[in-house]
Amino acid sequence: MRNQGRVAYGYLTPALLVLGGLLAYPIYQLVLISLFDYGQEQVSGGAPLTFLGLGNYRTLLGQQQFWTVLGQTVGFAAVCVVGSLLVGTALAILCTRVRTWARMVLFLAALGAWSTPAVAGSTIWLFLFDANFGFVNEVLGTTGFSWTFDKWTAFGLVAAQVIWCSFPFVMVTLYAGIKAIPTEVLEAAALDGASTARTAVSVTLPLLKPLLIVVTIQSIIWDFKVFTQIYVMTNGGGIAGRNLVLNVYAYQQAFAASEYGLGAAIGVVMTAVLLAITVFYLRALKRQGEVL
Amino acid sequence: MRLKRFVAVLGVGAVVACAPVQSGPSSSGADEKTGQLRVWLFDEVNRGPKEAVVKDAIAEFESAHSGVTVDVQYIQVQTRAERFKAAFSDPKSAPDVAEFGNTDLAGYVSAGGFSDLDLSKWGESKDLVPTVLDTAKVDGKVYGVPWFVGVRALYYRTDVFAELGIQPPKTLDEIAPIARRIRQAKPDMLGISAGGKYLFAALPFIWAQGGDIAKSDGGKFTSTVDSEQAKAGVAKYAELVKDDICPPAQCAGNGGDASVEGFRTGKAAMTIGGDFNRKSVDASAAAGKYGVVPLPGKTEGSIAPAFAGGNLLGVLKGTQRKSLSTEFVQLLASKKYQQKMYAAMGNLPTFSDVQQQVAESDKFLEPFTATLKSGTKFVPVTPSWAKIEAQAVLPTMIQEVVTGAKDVNAATKTAADAMNAAFAS
Repeated sequence: MRNQGRVAYGYLTPALLVLGGLLAYPIYQLVLISLFDYGQEQVSGGAPLTFLGLGNYRTLLGQQQFWTVLGQTVGFAAVCVVGSLLVGTALAILCTRVRTWARMVLFLAALGAWSTPAVAGSTIWLFLFDANFGFVNEVLGTTGFSWTFDKWTAFGLVAAQVIWCSFPFVMVTLYAGIKAIPTEVLEAAALDGASTARTAVSVTLPLLKPLLIVVTIQSIIWDFKVFTQIYVMTNGGGIAGRNLVLNVYAYQQAFAASEYGLGAAIGVVMTAVLLAITVFYLRALKRQGEVL
Repeated sequence: MRLKRFVAVLGVGAVVACAPVQSGPSSSGADEKTGQLRVWLFDEVNRGPKEAVVKDAIAEFESAHSGVTVDVQYIQVQTRAERFKAAFSDPKSAPDVAEFGNTDLAGYVSAGGFSDLDLSKWGESKDLVPTVLDTAKVDGKVYGVPWFVGVRALYYRTDVFAELGIQPPKTLDEIAPIARRIRQAKPDMLGISAGGKYLFAALPFIWAQGGDIAKSDGGKFTSTVDSEQAKAGVAKYAELVKDDICPPAQCAGNGGDASVEGFRTGKAAMTIGGDFNRKSVDASAAAGKYGVVPLPGKTEGSIAPAFAGGNLLGVLKGTQRKSLSTEFVQLLASKKYQQKMYAAMGNLPTFSDVQQQVAESDKFLEPFTATLKSGTKFVPVTPSWAKIEAQAVLPTMIQEVVTGAKDVNAATKTAADAMNAAFAS
C-alpha cells in the first residue's frame, strides 16, 4: 500500500510542479504584495518596504466607489453571461436544424467573431456606432447620437460586443454536445410519443447539462474579468468613470498609479469573488441532485 | 498526514521568504569616457525633422568625443510610464539619457530614476527662463534641462468672428457668452471646443480666479481644489461644456487632442490649443482662417496663467557615463539645437533670448510668448501627482460637473479628498 502511494505521488509530481509554478506561486506573490505598501519607489529600491497587514484591504473596502464598481461589474457580467448563453444556445440548436451550407456559413461567421482580437473588435464596433460617421446611426437615421455618452447605452453597447465575441464558444461547444447525443435515445423518446418540446426538456437538456455547467462557469469567469472592451470602447471607464468595471478600476486606481499593493488587493478580492460565485453555483446544482 | 506536513513546510517557507522583491538603480559610481551612450527620445507623429536634428547633434557629439557612439531609441508617449518603470527597476535595460515630460518629473525622481544635474559650469544655463527651469526642479535641485516648452492659448476662427461682427474675448467671463452667441447663429458649430477631460484647458480658468489645485506647506501638499476661487474656476470652465456651447454628449469625453480635433474639422469656432498644435491646424479645414490670442484673464488686458508644459532632457541615475551623458544633454538642449528643433518641429525654446528671436521672426508665436512672459503655473511637484493623474481625479471632477452627476461643491470635495489621500500616501 505504502509503496503504491509513493508511486501515485510520483506520477502526480510533474502536474503538481506545473500547477505550483503557474498557479500557486503567482497567487502567493499576489497575496504577499497585497499586504505591503508596494509602490514604484519600493520596487525600484528608493524607499523601504512597509508591512501594512490588511491595510490595503481596509482602504479598498472603505472606498464607496469600489462597491459601486463591484456592483456594476456583477450586473454587467450577469447580462453578458445570460446574453452569450442565450445567443449561443439558440444558434447551436439552429445549427442542428439547417442545411450543411447554412451551417458552414454560420460557423464561419461565429469563428470570425471569436478569432477577432478584442482590441480590433472593440475598435470596429466603435466605428460602426460612431456618432457622426457610424453605419448604425446612418441606418437608424440618428446621426449625431452618441452611443458611448449615456451610462446605459454605453454599457449596452459594450455588453453587445462582449456577447458577440463570446457566444461562438458556447455555440460550438453546445453544438458538439447536441451532436454527441446518441440517436437511439432520441428515437426511443419519439417512439414513446414524446413531443419535440418534451424531448428537448426531458432528454436533450439533461444530457447537455455537464456541458452547460462548463460553459456557464467559463462565461462567468471571462465576463467578470472584462477589461479590453470597456477600456477601449468607453475610453478607460466612461464619462466621469461611470462605466468602470473591476478590472479597469484596478488598472486605473492601482497599476497605472503604481500602487501595486492596492492593485494586488483588488486582484485577491476578485479571485475570492470568482471562487465564491463558482462554488455557490456548483453547490446550487448539487442541491438539485446533479452529479458533478 | 503527509499532505499536512507538506502544507506545513510550505507555510514555513512562505513566512521565511516573506517580502516582495525590491531592486533598483544604485548609482554605480563608474564614469566611463568611452563606449555607447543610449538615449531615449519620444516618438512623434511626424518624426522625420526631429530625427534629422538629433542626427546632427549626434554627429557633432561623436566627432568631439572619439570612441563614443550614441544610440537613439524612439519610445511611444502612451507607453512611457511602463517603459520608464521597467528602466528604473532594471538598470541594465535603462538608457543613459532620456527625454521626459515635466509633469512626470517628481514621480521619476522619487522612484530614484534620474540623477540631479550640476548646470553651474554650463554658460548658457543662465538664460533659461526661470519659471520654465522651475518645472525641472524637485526640492530645489535640477534634474533635467528644459528642452522645449508648450503653452496653450485661444484659437479662434477669424471668418466666423468677422461674419458675426464680434471680437475675440477680452476677459475670461466673455468666453461663454461669445461662444453661446456663435452656436445660436450657427447651430451646427461648437461655440468653443472644450473637452471634459481637457485638464490643461481647465487649469487656467482656476488660476485666473486666483485659485489653485493644491498648496504646499513646507513640502507637504494639501488640495485646494475645493476652495471658493477654484470652485469658481471649475464652474466657469464647466459652463462651456453645455448644450448651448459644446454639448456634453459630444465634448464631455474629450481630452486635449480631441478638443483641438473639433477645431481642425472646422466644426468649432474656438478652442484652447498649444503652440505645438499649429502644424496640424495648418493642415486642416481651419487653415488660413484662424487667429490666436492669449487666453484672457479675469480683467481686461490680463492673461490667464497658462500651464507650463514641456519636455526635459535628463540623465538616468544608473548610468555608467554620467559626465558624457550630461555633456550630451547640454549639447542637445543648447541654444543652437533648440533653434534647430524650433525650425524643424515648431517647439518653443526655453531660453529667453532664443524665445525672443523666434517670436520676432514669427508673428504666430506672439500670443504664446506673451503668455509665457505674463507668468505660467505648474502642477504640484510631488510624486503623488503621477498618481492623481493616473487616477484621472481632476478630469473625473470636471466630467461630473458637466454631466450634472454632481454639483461643483460635491465634485470638488470628492476630488480634494482623493488628492489628499494621494498626497498622504
